[in-house]
Amino acid sequence: MSEFESQLQHIADAVIAQAKPGEHLEAYVSRDSETDIRVYEGEIEHFVSAQSEGIGIRVIRDGRTGFAYAGTLDDRAIAEVLAEARDNVEFGTPDEWAGLAEPDGVDVVRQELWSDVLAGFATDRKIELTKELERLAVAADSRVRIDDANYSDVAAENAVATTSGIRRSGRENGCYVSVSTLADDGDETQTGFGFSVGRSPEEFDLAKAAKEAADRATRLLGATKPSSRRLTVVLDPFVTAQFLGIISSTLNGESVIKGRSLFKDRVGEQVASPLFTLVDDPTNPLAYTATELDGEGLAARRNVLVDGGVLHGFVHNSYSARRAHTASTGNAVRGGFKGTPGVGCLALQVQPGTRSQAELVSGISDGVLVQQVSGLHSGVNPISGDFSTGASGLLITNGQLGAPVREFTIASTLQRMLLDLIEVGGDVDWLPMRAAGVSLVIGDMTMSGA
Amino acid sequence: MIDQDVLTRVLGTAVKSGADFAEVFAEDKRSTSAGLDDGRIEQVTSGRDRGAGIRVVKGDTTGFAHTADLSEAGLLAAAVSAAAAASQGGGGVREVALTRRAGTQVNTVERSPDEVPKAAKVELLRRIDDAARSAGASIVQVSAGYGDSRRRILVANTDGVLAEDEQVRCLVRMSVVANGDAGMQTGFQSAGQTVGFEMFDSVDVEELARDAARMAITKLSARPAPSGSVPVVIKRGSGGVLFHEACGHGLEADLVAKGASVYRGKAGELVASPLVTLVDDGTMSTEWGAIGIDDEGHPSQYNVLIQDGVLTDYMWDYLRARKEHRAQSGNGRRQSYMHLPMVRMTNTYVLNGTEEPDDIVRATESGVYVAKLGGGSVNTATGDFVFGMTEAYLIEDGEITEPLREGNLIGNGPQVLRDIDLLGNDFAMGNPGTCGKDGQGVPVGDGQPTLRVKTMTIGGTAA
Repeated sequence: MSEFESQLQHIADAVIAQAKPGEHLEAYVSRDSETDIRVYEGEIEHFVSAQSEGIGIRVIRDGRTGFAYAGTLDDRAIAEVLAEARDNVEFGTPDEWAGLAEPDGVDVVRQELWSDVLAGFATDRKIELTKELERLAVAADSRVRIDDANYSDVAAENAVATTSGIRRSGRENGCYVSVSTLADDGDETQTGFGFSVGRSPEEFDLAKAAKEAADRATRLLGATKPSSRRLTVVLDPFVTAQFLGIISSTLNGESVIKGRSLFKDRVGEQVASPLFTLVDDPTNPLAYTATELDGEGLAARRNVLVDGGVLHGFVHNSYSARRAHTASTGNAVRGGFKGTPGVGCLALQVQPGTRSQAELVSGISDGVLVQQVSGLHSGVNPISGDFSTGASGLLITNGQLGAPVREFTIASTLQRMLLDLIEVGGDVDWLPMRAAGVSLVIGDMTMSGA
Repeated sequence: MIDQDVLTRVLGTAVKSGADFAEVFAEDKRSTSAGLDDGRIEQVTSGRDRGAGIRVVKGDTTGFAHTADLSEAGLLAAAVSAAAAASQGGGGVREVALTRRAGTQVNTVERSPDEVPKAAKVELLRRIDDAARSAGASIVQVSAGYGDSRRRILVANTDGVLAEDEQVRCLVRMSVVANGDAGMQTGFQSAGQTVGFEMFDSVDVEELARDAARMAITKLSARPAPSGSVPVVIKRGSGGVLFHEACGHGLEADLVAKGASVYRGKAGELVASPLVTLVDDGTMSTEWGAIGIDDEGHPSQYNVLIQDGVLTDYMWDYLRARKEHRAQSGNGRRQSYMHLPMVRMTNTYVLNGTEEPDDIVRATESGVYVAKLGGGSVNTATGDFVFGMTEAYLIEDGEITEPLREGNLIGNGPQVLRDIDLLGNDFAMGNPGTCGKDGQGVPVGDGQPTLRVKTMTIGGTAA
């Protein structure tokens, strides 16, 4: 345990020690430091070095909840936050299920979330590798220009303490590089991006990031608008991960108890193709969002949500679990010290198949490989399941990838898409998102273009 | 917030090693929010964010550091760190003479939200819940949020600028779910202004709630949206976000400078239908994107971006303007003291045309009428965009007929600007928005009169 951790834990402990009779307190304290470097045309455009810290205090009394936060850890500010949170309690509606998480005896799966290599990595080497990424992307294709190349790292520490007996702290760090590209062909310009993620810069694959950035920008040059029709759709791993993000909101226990999920009352039913098994597993060290603790300080754990197409269950934090008469699945999510814990999936993964994307494509007579979607979030109604999203990618004709297409939409409902799943690829990609990517083949979707 | 003498010493330290420019941006923001869901006031939250960001520019490199410690020692440490980040190298000591700029507050705040009892704020949510639930038996769920903030900012820089502003905002938003035979549908409404709690003397939250409920109920009988290219009529105040996203971003000088905008090199050219005049206006009193000064201390302005279809100017922040040896336009904004400023919009809108809105619908034999656009995204380099339609109807034989379910509207910003063939005389601002760019969110407004786009692609779910 680092000195910082114990110091934060001490701050959290000191707050909950002030609990009055009948008062339940939770203190969440965090401290981050980050470096952001942006390079453009071989020069540093900006260099940001920043530290931030803060505390959020939740007070529950007689079933009422109040909350306050401040972006500082000085004693006077903390006292003010506690007073504000207490004052805010007065205005909450009594809720018989309100309460803090309680220790549930589930052991923490220990993981390597801290890299001393990153913590000791020299600034000039960070700058140098960002410049290198820019050079590689330019060199990858003569039509490519750079928008910018970026390096970013963050080291975060946090501690939580509650009057219900939770007392946990942790720290982690990580870094990524990314490059945004533009490709020109006559009057036409297209954009691309590439990135690489690691616990330390030594894990970066700059060449791959540069090549992807160049490919993404150039592959759509000359793309046309396809004709509208129904066809087979292959979702690229990157696109699948975005869809899983949407699906995760329908498996959120809080949405379910509030009547906002299309899957409520459907546990035990066949909601997807038998090929579809969906697991939320933050204990898998390969997952970018792997973690030891959830936002309430309970151990993060593996939860099977859909098994062979049958809906198995939902994810919960302690509040939604209490209301649903079940136990927390360790899925409290918290956006830092400024908010109270919500519910969410932590690290989703579809159980992969065995074949490569090329093999999946080879069996399709008329289809489209969707490599990018835009406006997915705005085009989905997670309550009804209707969705439509802008897309671009490559046409598939008689088992071969063909001409690039853009400015079309694909549409279906989430329910139908899951049932229409024909095959899951074997090409798992651990993306820097809350879901891993893998190619999916959907049998029948509407493509709207010209 | 900070003594003038301290500011002078901090700026002096920041440029001691030979930087061209240094700036202190200090912020003290208090906010209150409350949420209602499932019939309960879930929680009232109070927040305090206070600190300073110090920017040091040397050549083309910007160094930046921020601190929550507003003492002289804290500020000096951040200044040293920002200067080191901006680069190395020698130089002399520069004296900075700060001149306080007269206040340019865009509005007067009658009832600061700090002084309004929390009970009154929570009461708004209760009224929203009651009004929405009494709108129909099919209403099964209501969630609503209230938020206010008082943001005091101070900017001081080595060009001698010393300016302060107080930005007060209040907001309500709600989503209402109706349940019918064909599943659940959602309606949304929101209102937000850059004023104090007096906003609710003129904004009727119950009426907003009934409107959100009406939208959800209407959609219960909606049919799947069609697919393909059709004429689209966009109701007043509901499509400004399209111009913000698909055109406004392309007119931000930072994107233009990097060649990441379709509008680079197009100043003076006809880029839109001659019907179109597009404005970005930070001075628009009480609107969500209104500011007294921008986050670089420059007074907000009324900027014409496109006049009668001709691109007149881009939007500018300090760095881009300095590079082009021209004036800033009051568009340098940032999310908080922890962020670097960049070129951002304020209130972006299309000015009135001459048509009666009813005539625009009557002149459209068949098409889609969009009464509310949802969120979307745009690629500024290509102008390609996608927006969700949260409320839309079919137009058949010049009349608005059946409601449509969710679908996306996709197209290309520059093309849509050229394809506007009818422009109404019924200008209205739209819902308050948060514009995201490079990971930073800032409050923005948008607006437009009812207008018709000759053809746009609808991506619906109808077979």
